[in-house]
Formats: sequence, structure tokens, C-alpha cells
Amino acid sequence: MKTETKAVDINRNIGDFAYPEVHVRDAGAGLSEKTVHYISDVKEDPDWVREFRLRGLKTFLEKPLPTHWASKDLETIDFDKIRYYLAPGTGAKRSWDEVPEDIKRTFERLGIPEQERKFLAGVEAQFDSEAVYSNIKKAVGEQGVIFVGSTEGLKNHPEIFRKWFGKVIPIADNKFSALNSAVFSGGSFIYVPPGVKVKHPLQAYFRINAENFGQFERTLIIADEGSEVTYMEGCTAPKFNTATLHSAVVELVALKGAKIQYITVQNWSANVFNLVTKRGLAHENAEVKWIDCNIGSRLTMKYPGVVLKGRKARGEVLSIALANNGQHQDTGAKMIHAADETTSNIISKSISVGTGRATYRGLVHVPKHLKNCKNNTECDALLINATSRTDTYPAITVRGTGNAVQHEASVSQVSADQIFYMQQRGLTEAQAMSLSVNGFVNDLVRQFPMEYSVELKRLIELEMEGSVG
Amino acid sequence: MKELRVENLHVSIDDQKIVRGLSLAVPQGEVHAIMGPNGSGKSTLAKVLAGHPDYQVTAGKITMDGENLLELDPDERARRGLFLAFQYPSEVPGVTIANFLRAAVQARLPEGQELEATEYYARLYEKMEQLGMDRSFTSRSVNEGFSGGEKKRTEILQLAMLEPRYAILDETDSGLDIDALKTVAHGVNSLRGPNIGILLITHYQRILNYIVPDHVHVMVHGRIVRSGGKELALELEERGYDWARDAADEMALSR
Repeated sequence: MKTETKAVDINRNIGDFAYPEVHVRDAGAGLSEKTVHYISDVKEDPDWVREFRLRGLKTFLEKPLPTHWASKDLETIDFDKIRYYLAPGTGAKRSWDEVPEDIKRTFERLGIPEQERKFLAGVEAQFDSEAVYSNIKKAVGEQGVIFVGSTEGLKNHPEIFRKWFGKVIPIADNKFSALNSAVFSGGSFIYVPPGVKVKHPLQAYFRINAENFGQFERTLIIADEGSEVTYMEGCTAPKFNTATLHSAVVELVALKGAKIQYITVQNWSANVFNLVTKRGLAHENAEVKWIDCNIGSRLTMKYPGVVLKGRKARGEVLSIALANNGQHQDTGAKMIHAADETTSNIISKSISVGTGRATYRGLVHVPKHLKNCKNNTECDALLINATSRTDTYPAITVRGTGNAVQHEASVSQVSADQIFYMQQRGLTEAQAMSLSVNGFVNDLVRQFPMEYSVELKRLIELEMEGSVG
Repeated sequence: MKELRVENLHVSIDDQKIVRGLSLAVPQGEVHAIMGPNGSGKSTLAKVLAGHPDYQVTAGKITMDGENLLELDPDERARRGLFLAFQYPSEVPGVTIANFLRAAVQARLPEGQELEATEYYARLYEKMEQLGMDRSFTSRSVNEGFSGGEKKRTEILQLAMLEPRYAILDETDSGLDIDALKTVAHGVNSLRGPNIGILLITHYQRILNYIVPDHVHVMVHGRIVRSGGKELALELEERGYDWARDAADEMALSR
């Protein structure tokens, strides 16, 4: 059956627009100690942060690119052409009315203020390197919940910030966590006091507006004993002809009995290299759950992980990746069991369209001395065209006798007969594809919060619309 | 005249000729049966009418109420009122019958018009009741893990919901026990009327006891070799397909 695909102009209906740059702070192109000092000066960093950045830079320059196991495409990133810090210099406002007009219009087009009114407990909106808006509902703030940008967090709450910052993901974890450590800016700092359950999600929105630019936000979330919080992040960028780099570091700490749910709605344009390190630390009886949806980008490398440090800790990664024409989604999960009776669950679904490639990489580690640990891993891949590709690399090490592991993987293809059947009922080829893909992810999406699953279905429809020739 | 019309149709797949000069007209309001042995090209005809991309139409015409169907994609034909009940319906994993049919009904509405959900479900449940289907069926994935009878019943449910002008039933009787056959036949009979033309494709005469056709055609080697009233089916049942094959040979000789 004819299923030609053409180049997909993704996000053209949602995120593909850009306003002229309005930045007054610009570190220029290229990365050196000078760049790092510029950022530290502008942000008025304390000395320990400046030193942390310089260590990050040194490590970044020393470490080789992981092209031997990942993707040669990484070698096409020209680190000298990228601009590492761009900011309007206005600071984060508490009211949308105070946000500069152009930037405010950007977020209005993306629907952020509307969502905030509807169902969010707090919002932070980042435009290139810095947050331009940050607000938390009064009632939530009164419970002692802190929700600010990383710069404000390290300045105003050093006693909590410094204790955990860089502890879950050390500088030298990988080349891109080192890069982030050198030039990080923006991202969220969240602290939830003991026993506080934040009812509605806190949301951050990351927007890249500038060309030849790198966004390096740094997020740190600490849920104190018995507390609960859900955090959602959304990301978009306009479609430029040159490469854009997004390299975030996200650290989560769930103290005894706490629960953190972290949801990502990533919808990057096809020129973005998305190289993100995300990890959570789950203490006794705590739970860290990543819901990670990767749509768009040129290359995404992201493996959210949970270190199960305390007895009975639980870790979960539910992920969906859609690799369209020319895109590579290299995603997966890491579960490091480090205490008895810990459990982890990984469910990954990927869809490859056209020449798209989806790779699942999983790491599950249960050492010999532990007892009664459990892991369940399921990864399913759906291929749309004969040119689509999927790879699965599960690395599961379970030692000792009292631990259980379960692994299932499947690859399926949307058949020409299935599409013909659906077309015979009156659906266009694109509608048929989109319904098939939604059917494929349906049982997983049902576990997501309502607002998120609606958004995801809409994004999948948009992607499939553009993918049929 | 309002009819589904096939004129001198020639169809090949991978350079193999399957349909060789077939002509047929099914007027709206009538039920026509096509009977034929295995390999006569019956199912190919059904798929070609619906626009399956694997087959090449090398000559001939297909029109629906005067409109040339050969220029239209499968989904355009469907939205204009052509329905095919498949012999082997595909599974659509993860998509419930309710959502699938909803998308199909929505696809027939004018641009910008949203389907009214409560009305839709009321109609869906009504049709299901007529077909003796349990409501819990709507939340099952389309054809996934269905028995043969459930699949055929689901096809007829879709037929009932989509209200086409012309419906082709491709071996809807195959693989059904007598009770399932009666239910399906009852469903089809309840849809008969002046606004629909039905083309019933079958290998066996049995289903024609329950869905009585206005006309019967016998298809052998890719063309219609005999046409007649409902009694032709009984004659065929009695004399066998060899009798029909002889007729086909005669036709070939007379050319």
C-alpha cells in the first residue's frame, strides 16, 4: 500500500512562530571560562556556585561525546556557534500584565495563562535562559510550598537548595550534565514541607525563541516527609534551520513516604537536540513517578531514572516516544535498586513514522545482597512505514535469589489492510493512522492525568496529519 | 437511474487477470446476490468496488448513482455512501468500537460540525439491541479477540450505524453457525428498504434462505455467467458449480 511520507513540518500549528529577539543579556557565541564568568556575574552567583560552574566546564571539556554507543549525529553539534545565555533582563514577574508584551503574547498563543486559571496551582514560564513569569496560588504558598526559579532558590533558600543540588546527578554524570552544570539558568526550585499534599499540578513552560541557542534549565524538587506534589513541564521552540540545543538537568528528592509525579509534554521542533538528564531519589516508602512523552526534536537522548534508596521505595517510568521523519528518539529508563523490598515499573511505548527511529534503552540494577525487590519492564514499539526503525537495548542485572524481574517486549506494525479497513469506514489515511497510534498508546495514556492525555492525543493527531503524503 | 453500476470491468493483481469483463447493476432498493466457486474473483470484486489499492483496474467503469468511483480514494467512496462488510475484518488494537464508529460517523458530518455524543450513544445502543449485542461490547477493541460471529455482527452494526446507499456483504455468512447466521440475516433484513442497494457475495445458497435476493448472479472465472431470479440459487445448489463452469466455457467459445 502506498504510504509515502514527506518531510514533516511539525509544530506548525502550535509552536512554530518566533518574535524578534529582545535580549539585553547575551553571553555571545561559544563556550569558555569567560562565558561562565559572564553568566555568574549577571546572575550574581555566590562563590560556591561560580566554582561549581567552573568544575562543570572543566568536566564538559574533558569528557568525550558518547557517540560510540549512542548517535553519530551528536558530532554535528557545533558548540562554538551556540549562544549559552540570552535573557531580556527583566526578571520573573508575578503578574502577566508586567511581562513584556512580545513575550506575554508568546505564552498566550501557547495557552499558558488560560491553563493556569483553569487547573494549575502555580506556573513558571521560561523564555530562553530566564523565567519571565513565576507565580504560585496564594493558598498553596501559605502552606509553605516554595516554587521559584533556580537562581532565586539558591539565593533565598540556600539551606535546602545547597543540601540537595548536584547530589542526585553529579556534575560528571555525563558530558551534558557537566555542560548544564557550567551554564545552567532557569528551571524550577520546589520545596514541599512535610505532610503537605499539593492538590493541583505545578507547571513550568520552557520556550526557546532564539536561533543558535542553548537552553540549560536546572530543576530541583524536594518533597519532604509524607508530602505529595505533581509537576508538569511543557516545551516548544520555533522551527529554525540551524541546530538548537536543549540540555536540562532535573533532580528529584522524595523523602520518607513522599510522592513526586513528574510529567513532561515535550513538543520540540525538528531542529532541537534534546539531551536531558533526569533522576529521582526515593527514600523509605517514597514514590517517584516519571511520565515522559517525547514528540518532536531532531535527537532526544533521555533516560529518566529512580534511585530506590530506602526500604519499600517505588519507582516508575511511563514513557511514550514518537519519532517522525528524520527524527531519533533515544529514550528509556533507569532503575537502581539500593534497598530491600523496593519495586520499579517501566512501561515504554514508541512509534516510528517514515524514516523515524525510536530506541529504547533500559537499565535495571538489583544487587545481590537485596531481598524482595521487584521490577517489571514492558516495551512496545509500533512501526508505521517500511522505512521506520526501532531498537531495544534492555540491560537488566538482577543478582541474588530473593528478587523478581519481568520483561516483555513487542514490535508491531500498522498493516496496509488495517488502514484500508479504517478508510472503508470513511476515515482519511491520516485519520486512520492517528487512530491506530492513539489505540496503541491508549492503555498507557489512560493512566495519565486527564488534561495531559487530551493534550497528548491532540499532539499525536497533528503529527500524523503531517506524516501522510 | 440510482444504481451501483459495473461495466466491462477488468482487474489484475501482479499481472494476473482476476476479473475479466464483468458487468452488473444493483439498483437502489434491491438485493442482488453473487454466487460463485472459490477463486472466481468474488472477493476481488468487493475490494475493487471499495477501492483497495493493491488491485489494478485495467479497463471498465464503476459508477455509483452516475458518479465515477474509480477516481475516488477508499475513504471518499465510503463517505459518499458505499459500505463493504469485510470477509476478514481487521483488528484495530486499543481502539474501542464506540470510538471507532464515532470517528466514522463524525467523518460524515460537514466540516466544523461536532457529533452530538448523547444522540450518538442512544442510536448505537438501539442498533446493538436490534442485533442482540451486549452494551459492554462498545468498550472492546475493534475485532480484537472476537469470534467469527462477533466479527460479522460488528460489521453489520457498522452497516446499520453508517446508513450507506450501497452495501457489499462479502461472505458475511462464512464461519457462522445457524443461530449466528439468523441473527446477522435478521439485522440485514431490517436494513432493507428503498434507500439501500445490497450486493451479497456468497459461496453457499444457505444465507439466501434468510436474506431473499431480488436477483441472483453466478460468477465464474471473473465474469457473470448466468443471471436470474431467486430460483437460480436453488438451481445452482442442485446442479453444482460445474454446470456454471460449463456455461462459462460456452461464453468463452462464443467470443
